[in-house]
Amino acid sequence: MATPATTDTALSIQNLTVSYHNQPVLWDINLEIPTGVMAGIVGPNGAGKSTLIKSLLELVPSLSGEVMVHGRPYASQRRRVGYVPQRSSVDWDFPTTALDVVTMGLYGRLGWLRRPGRKEREESLEALEMVGMSAYADRQISQLSGGQQQRVFLARALVQQADVYFLDEPMAGVDATTERAIIDILRRLRDAGKTLIVVHHDLQTVRNYFDWLLLLNVRVIASGKAEDVFNIDYLRQAYGGQIALLNDSDALMFTASKVK
Amino acid sequence: MQWLDLLSDYTFQNVVIGASLLGLISGPLGCFAVLRRQSLLGDAISHAALPGVCLSFIITGSRDMGSVIIGSLATGSLAALTMLLLTRKSRLKTDAALGICLSIFFAIGIVLLTYIQGTNNASQGGLEAFLFGQAAATLRSDLWVMGSITLVTLTLLAIFWKQAKLVTFDGQYARSLGMPVNAIEAALTAMVALAVVVGLQMVGVILMAAMIVAPAAAARQWSRHLGGMLVIAAGIGIVSGVSGATISTLSRGLATGPLVILTATAIVIISLALAPGRGLLWGFIKHYRQKEALQKQQLLYALYKHPSASQHYRTTFGVRRVLSQLKRQGYLIRSPDGGTGWALTSRGEKAAKQVVATFEEVVT
Repeated sequence: MATPATTDTALSIQNLTVSYHNQPVLWDINLEIPTGVMAGIVGPNGAGKSTLIKSLLELVPSLSGEVMVHGRPYASQRRRVGYVPQRSSVDWDFPTTALDVVTMGLYGRLGWLRRPGRKEREESLEALEMVGMSAYADRQISQLSGGQQQRVFLARALVQQADVYFLDEPMAGVDATTERAIIDILRRLRDAGKTLIVVHHDLQTVRNYFDWLLLLNVRVIASGKAEDVFNIDYLRQAYGGQIALLNDSDALMFTASKVK
Repeated sequence: MQWLDLLSDYTFQNVVIGASLLGLISGPLGCFAVLRRQSLLGDAISHAALPGVCLSFIITGSRDMGSVIIGSLATGSLAALTMLLLTRKSRLKTDAALGICLSIFFAIGIVLLTYIQGTNNASQGGLEAFLFGQAAATLRSDLWVMGSITLVTLTLLAIFWKQAKLVTFDGQYARSLGMPVNAIEAALTAMVALAVVVGLQMVGVILMAAMIVAPAAAARQWSRHLGGMLVIAAGIGIVSGVSGATISTLSRGLATGPLVILTATAIVIISLALAPGRGLLWGFIKHYRQKEALQKQQLLYALYKHPSASQHYRTTFGVRRVLSQLKRQGYLIRSPDGGTGWALTSRGEKAAKQVVATFEEVVT
């Protein structure tokens, strides 16, 4: 659809604060993410990773904050933003097919009254093809494996042809093959100039997957190029005592892991 | 001709048309209620309709359809709102909030009902019929009201089909596309309330929830698409309405509303048991077939790899059954040396080789 605007900041956030009851969930977030990166949002459980994405997309209310996508307010840029929610956020026993779920990605573009037609069907099939799921187009979504369901969600975001994608734990509970496939697709999107913002919980793979990182624990601990941010001092700050660095390798391990 | 008499009977016509309209509206809307996990919301709304019915009678002094509808819609939506507030603002979970709303509103309704009965107002006769419904009291004018509500609701649903579907499946994603999710959800809930109102006269406030849940639950078993599910639910609703009305008329004196509900429930039970793919029976058959196929493969594999060990096979009934089955199908013969063992025929050997090949492929 639209080509990236002249500004090279894909997403900028000013003073974003979110609270739940009397508990601050996100505190004064200031952040700029450049165009064309694969950015990871990393932090311990309860750090507000998913909440950050949801408040950006105005799915949960924020107390304050200004969100700009490619230099303009988010509300006017919805069409340029794609969203992949957590797989567990929906009931997969819903009576529908994989193709139909993907077509839902086009509902925003179709507007209030137009119905998806042949053109939309073609586009959705293409997106399923991209994630390697074209053989499952007419399959009931309840019969898909977790990894396949995740790919369907990804395809639904792909048909939006957005410029900035938000993905909420796309690698949670999927098999290694799917994780590989998802990463490949995300890298291809990045190489095509899209910006990907991914909530991720597996520290082992962070360095491998992302070229830009946000370390989050209610506040921004650090953000910037992955090689600058991914060091033990920042990680200790974000995770507290839950983390240990093995001496002779770069492998990171949780000692008191509370991983879901 | 008894059937001709029946069909030309004015009351019977009214009841059947009313019951069909009820099925037509409650089936499709019930689908959305069930898929949004709000089946019990219908229950709360319908019980909460009773104080509305009584209040409208106290105010207007009559029990015509129009005022009943306005009254029950008012208290029904008040109950739904109270429930939402309770779950959002207090620590109560949805089920507890529902239970509280339902009982309080229903209790108020009963108090008002007994108050009205105590006033000895001549026109109050039959107001308690709203508890269990009184289909025979349906008038032609009521049918017009019911028909219009059904037509308007279903038309709205058809126009905003995309929105209703996406909001039901994935509300957060719908919001990220810029849909007014709250408004659509409120509209869907309001439509359930309308469906309840349509059914008050027929099945009453107590059993109405079943008319919302049962056709949808049964339809889910038979369909793979939301559209199909709605059509089937409408069909089931109509069938149970019509058959309940017919049984009740033929049997002189049995209440129509409960019979409609019983028919719908019977369809639910049949659907849960028999529906292809999702039914219990289907599951049993599939499990049994898979088990049998696996045992066959394992026996063929064992006989191929360790032919001499077959003397020790006669242990369990299950093994003997599979063995004799394989023999009947020509995969096995008793071993030629006269012992108790088994040997593969050439056909069996071919099959066994295939099993071994696939097994080794899986392993590597």
